[in-house]
Amino acid sequence: MKNSQRLDATFAALADPTRRAILARLASGEASVMELTKPFAMTQPAISKHLKVLERAGLISRGRDAQRRPRRLEARPLAEATGWLEGYRQFWDGRFQRLDALLEELKTNQLKTNEKRRTRSKR
Amino acid sequence: MKNTGTLKLTTRGDREIVMTRVFDAPRSLVFEAFSKPELVRQWLLGPPGWSMPVCEIDFRVGGRYRYVWRHANGQEMGMGGVHREIVVPERIVATEKFDESWYPGEAVGTIVLVEQGGKTALTQTVLYESSEAREAVLKSPMEQGVTAGYDRLAELLTSLGASGMEKGTRES
Repeated sequence: MKNSQRLDATFAALADPTRRAILARLASGEASVMELTKPFAMTQPAISKHLKVLERAGLISRGRDAQRRPRRLEARPLAEATGWLEGYRQFWDGRFQRLDALLEELKTNQLKTNEKRRTRSKR
Repeated sequence: MKNTGTLKLTTRGDREIVMTRVFDAPRSLVFEAFSKPELVRQWLLGPPGWSMPVCEIDFRVGGRYRYVWRHANGQEMGMGGVHREIVVPERIVATEKFDESWYPGEAVGTIVLVEQGGKTALTQTVLYESSEAREAVLKSPMEQGVTAGYDRLAELLTSLGASGMEKGTRES
């Protein structure tokens, strides 16, 4: 999958509140489908459907235990999805806030220069 | 009055990043802040801890510019390029390439300034050689990036979990 397609899949998977809650649960450690179903007012097949979406997006994977088949969180795609635009935006936002301060300073200096010029021309 | 405008960031097509921002200053001043080295080095910095010991700008078409940032820990990062177009006080087009680039190829940056009632609207566009290069930049703006991404992951999961859980397992 291309990077952009993978990001699309990540965002689509994150668009659902149940799937986000499943990820939040898995952030504290791997869990079986049964354990994951427990906190929800949903049937196991319904939860399994959500798990399939998360798995296709690469957000979760299955553990080795053949009996429990525990699901666990795959951090990388999520880190990519959260890191991408926001990190870049924050970086430039910091720079532009410094530029605001500099422009204020330049404006004040310009006013002073203009005033001096005006006083001089009056003489 | 201090006016810190909102920075809008979007992507256009496959290879471009577009940023727009309004500054509470006339266009001539904003243009100077983008073209005079003694002004550029005061704001074009990185996160805390980075300074800009080298800021040389040969401000004419075909003229080169060179920036070097240095971290308190000794780490250095340099970039530079060539001016392709200059229209005072509204437009600057220049190539850009980092010394140890983490994305392939050279990029082209365009700055357009429009004055509206004493304020100046900036549109800053960067065109990369490939969509892969653009993604590398968006994922890791300069030295921040992977680590910060993972830090945010923890926060994100906490907030997402709080809004998405159907039966409360979290305490408020």
